[in-house]
Amino acid sequence: MYEFNYHRPKTLDEASRTTKEAEDGQVLAGGMTMIPSMKLRLASPSDLVDLADIDGLKGITIGPDTVTIGAMTRHHDVHTSPDVQKAIPALAALAGGIGDPSVRHRGTIGGSVANSDPAADYPAAVLGLDATVETNTRKIAADDFFTGLFETALESGEIITAVHFKIPDAAAYMKFPQPASGFAMVGAFVAKFGGEFRLAVTGAKDCVFRMTEMEQALAANFSADAVAEITIAEDDLLADIHCGADYRAHLVTVMAKRAVALAAG
Amino acid sequence: MEAFTEKFGIGQPVRRKEDQRLLIGGGVYTDDINIEGQVHLAFLRAPYAHARINHIDTTAAAQAPGVLAVFTGRDLEKDGVGRVESNINLKQLDGTPIFKTQRLALPTDKVRFAGEPVAMVVAETAFQAADAVELIIFDADQLPAVVTARAAGAQGAAVLHDELPDNCALHWQNDTPDAYDAVAAKAHKIVSIALTNNRVVPVPMEPKCCIAEMNPGTGRLTIYAPFQGGRRVQGAVADLLFDGERDKVRHVSDNTGGGFGTRSKIYPEIIAVCYAAKSLGRTVKWLGDRSETFVSDLHGRDQVNSAQLAFDADGKILGYRLETLVNIGAWVTENGARLAIDGGGRIVGGAYDIPVLYYSCRNMMTNTVSTDTYRGAGRPEANYIVERLMEKAAHELGIDPQELRRRNFIKTFPYTTQMGMKVDCGDFAACMDMALANSDWAGFGPRAARSQAGGKLRGIGLASFLEGAGGRPEETMRVQIQEDGSVNIICGTFSHGQGHGTVYSQIVSEKMGVPFTAIDLIQGDTDTAPAGASGTYGSRSSQMGGVAIIRACDIIIEKGKVIASHLLQADTAEVTFEAGTFSARGGSVTMAEVAKAAHDTRRLPDGLQPGLDETYHYTRDGGRDDQSFPNGCHICEVEVDPETGAVEMLAYSAADDCGTVLNPLIVHGQVHGGVAQGIGQALCEHTVYDEETGQLLTGSFMDYGMPRAHHLSHMAAEFNPIPSTNNELGVKGAGEAGCCGAPPAFVNAVLDALSSLGVKHLDMPLTPNNIWRAIHQAKAEGETH
Ligand SMILES: Cc1cc2nc3c(=O)[nH]c(=O)nc-3n(C[C@H](O)[C@H](O)[C@H](O)COP(=O)(O)OP(=O)(O)OC[C@H]3O[C@@H](n4cnc5c(N)ncnc54)[C@H](O)[C@@H]3O)c2cc1C
Repeated sequence: MYEFNYHRPKTLDEASRTTKEAEDGQVLAGGMTMIPSMKLRLASPSDLVDLADIDGLKGITIGPDTVTIGAMTRHHDVHTSPDVQKAIPALAALAGGIGDPSVRHRGTIGGSVANSDPAADYPAAVLGLDATVETNTRKIAADDFFTGLFETALESGEIITAVHFKIPDAAAYMKFPQPASGFAMVGAFVAKFGGEFRLAVTGAKDCVFRMTEMEQALAANFSADAVAEITIAEDDLLADIHCGADYRAHLVTVMAKRAVALAAG
Repeated sequence: MEAFTEKFGIGQPVRRKEDQRLLIGGGVYTDDINIEGQVHLAFLRAPYAHARINHIDTTAAAQAPGVLAVFTGRDLEKDGVGRVESNINLKQLDGTPIFKTQRLALPTDKVRFAGEPVAMVVAETAFQAADAVELIIFDADQLPAVVTARAAGAQGAAVLHDELPDNCALHWQNDTPDAYDAVAAKAHKIVSIALTNNRVVPVPMEPKCCIAEMNPGTGRLTIYAPFQGGRRVQGAVADLLFDGERDKVRHVSDNTGGGFGTRSKIYPEIIAVCYAAKSLGRTVKWLGDRSETFVSDLHGRDQVNSAQLAFDADGKILGYRLETLVNIGAWVTENGARLAIDGGGRIVGGAYDIPVLYYSCRNMMTNTVSTDTYRGAGRPEANYIVERLMEKAAHELGIDPQELRRRNFIKTFPYTTQMGMKVDCGDFAACMDMALANSDWAGFGPRAARSQAGGKLRGIGLASFLEGAGGRPEETMRVQIQEDGSVNIICGTFSHGQGHGTVYSQIVSEKMGVPFTAIDLIQGDTDTAPAGASGTYGSRSSQMGGVAIIRACDIIIEKGKVIASHLLQADTAEVTFEAGTFSARGGSVTMAEVAKAAHDTRRLPDGLQPGLDETYHYTRDGGRDDQSFPNGCHICEVEVDPETGAVEMLAYSAADDCGTVLNPLIVHGQVHGGVAQGIGQALCEHTVYDEETGQLLTGSFMDYGMPRAHHLSHMAAEFNPIPSTNNELGVKGAGEAGCCGAPPAFVNAVLDALSSLGVKHLDMPLTPNNIWRAIHQAKAEGETH
């Protein structure tokens, strides 16, 4: 870790300003990604702006069509919320499958979404549930939010305040964990909104993406069989020591199929 | 008196007295220690796997804030710091001795693995030291790297040490292949297998660290560092830095967070920290982080094996041929190049009668951190080979795998192996029967059918194994009864998870009738460890230390009889001792009363020294060959998801013969831990170096797959104790058996599950990726046939 300045502002404005004005300012949420990167000296922010004391960033609100989760809400709280379990059980289950108990008690949805780790779970739900990411300055549709490897549409000093998830008719998430890290080697999130479907895949490419061919097939036939034969090209898939591109491509189909089977239940 | 021996004596499931303190965070690990005036050290580690050093420019680092000193290998060289050399004395068949390296803690000529320490900074704070390390300019010419044993033996491979152009530090053979070739020529069938035993990182919970406290007044250095017994580190540091003066060096460790063999070795970092403390006359603290621990802790396993069994028409083994390549890494370390020979070699044929053996072992040097002892140290590898081979042979011979094993088990004892080891006792068939019953092997069919109905493939696998434990045949123990009757066991063995405080207390409690709670263990300090004490490794502490305790107790009891006779006004010969009480002529005195008298010179018989304090140096009669031979049979049941390749462990039954069980709770724990480590190696642990750059690709928990609780099933452990005849406690050693049995049992189970898909071969670890590929390949082959 290098030396850095630590700030703990009380308001969003102050947090945003401090982040922007610093030489290299970064906000700090649960610290589950930020702190290990700093300890390894991979991240070296000059200023760390902790969001912990800002009111209104935490909590879950259930509307008629949406579930709103404050950016500083911990994975554990989403996982164990009876409201989320009732409105979008797939989302509660996804949060319960992230990391281990200590990670779930610290890590936040805002941090996970802002980070856009290619193997993170939440991005699949954000994209699959057609969510809207709200920041201190605007609202960003999920389809526009994730732009690449650890890249999002967020601008400097822009802070996520909440994520609004649309409540689907049915949804499910299937994750195949990487054997060492437990992150998603491939994860597929499927959601049904009336006659329309969204199917988002995480873990397979630089960032989360939709399988539109599968979505169309599901619109015609909401069953696992509809996607069982749809494959993805290996070319731009991730490949590493845990999983070759060919195996990843295979897992995309299998996880999608299983998610659909679970959602169609 | 009897009441507490019943509850706390030998064989009782006494709860560990260590646990409460450790569980509430009361342990004192090295980083918990901070010494007034300490300064901090950080290492610069080689960014390349192989490079010739041109120049290490430390000017800028030396001027950085807070920096006290920057050292490179040149400084060590200038100050005459000794070099570490292995004491392995093995020879090649033609008599040429093993090639040995002379390792300076910081190299001056070349770097030989990525992460090797090359320079160090001492500064007022740890952050300042780490910052200054980044200012060191490391100028070196990169050389091609070689990271696998096989590649190291290829034509044109990079050469690690100029004096060793073929990278083979030792090509050891037990004999020429002639005898084997002769039996093979008339064999009914020859079964062959080629296997890879994957490299693992030991990963103790406590990273590598060290505090070296220099007392400028006395010139004495105290080392605080996690270690499995301080005598070795004391000796090494004394030899390398203090002209062999052991009194000048003390080692202290209150708690060590995991040993597994990797914490029994002398690391260059420890020497370097001690050197810095000595040079500066200061207390120097170094805490390695997890990344440093990954790249620089000695690794385990890493063999390539090619093996053959020759059978007669009845399925009886005629001979065994084994050719092994061991990747010993960049330096010839303390045990690396003898693990497959002295370690695994002693039980190379496993539980089977091997009439003829040809064993060739090439120890290859590569640009990786060295491999050395890791729980089992050669025995898991040896058992894995023979158990995979027996399973394969059963299929090729058309004989039931259990029947084939029964036909070949060693049945008459003592049995002298082809490597000269005398296996004193065992009943391998009984262990197998026990495991078969406990696993409900007979009821597997319906369970497999249920799995199949759910789209899964179920498999069951078995492995019998033989272990050799307790190598170094001597140990010293001191037992001291204090005036108030409480007892200190003072030792140089070192409990870092084994529960010696509990087990040794049970032995003393039973032997002397002293309350269990009145017995304390004093360990982890070379100032108190008796002379001739060694340490804890190779499953030796109970069988060596335990026996030394018994013998020390015997001497105390004899002296107690003399004192008791004085108190009871009887002849010494009349005094009997039982359950803590000395009796004669109708009177009796307790051990506590005798202890009190022993400390009161007025009440001692003439000519007797005060105190009840005895030290016993125990040397095993038969020496090294008469060690103990734990053995067992483990059975594992798994389910494979054929679509994804994911394996789930469903059930595990261990039947172990570790001789007399001193404390079943603790031995169960040893079995569970060993099995978990074995499953870890078989399922997910895999150390990968980039074949081009030589960089460690699995240098963190994000990429190195540790086994987790949810990877494991319930493990049922039962015992079939056949007391060892080689020590009076009858114990055989229990620490390493689990990781001998688990890998072959697990892999055999997965092979069984996949047999219907035509998968015939797998190499560890059985990650989903590997299983999926094997299924895929079998399918492709099935289609072309
Ligand atoms: C051992 C371990 C296992 C894990 N396993 C998984 C897993 O299985 N699946 C998974 O998905 N994740 C996993 N994670 C990651 C975990 O979910 C983290 O919580 C998450 O990635 C980051 O959330 P955080 O609150 O800790 O963010 P931080 O680490 O505090 O921040 C992460 C990044 O996001 C930025 N940021 C944080 N909050 C905001 C905000 N409100 N607005 C804008 N930017 C913000 C920060 O500046 C930083 O760049 C694991 C982490 C660990 C340590």
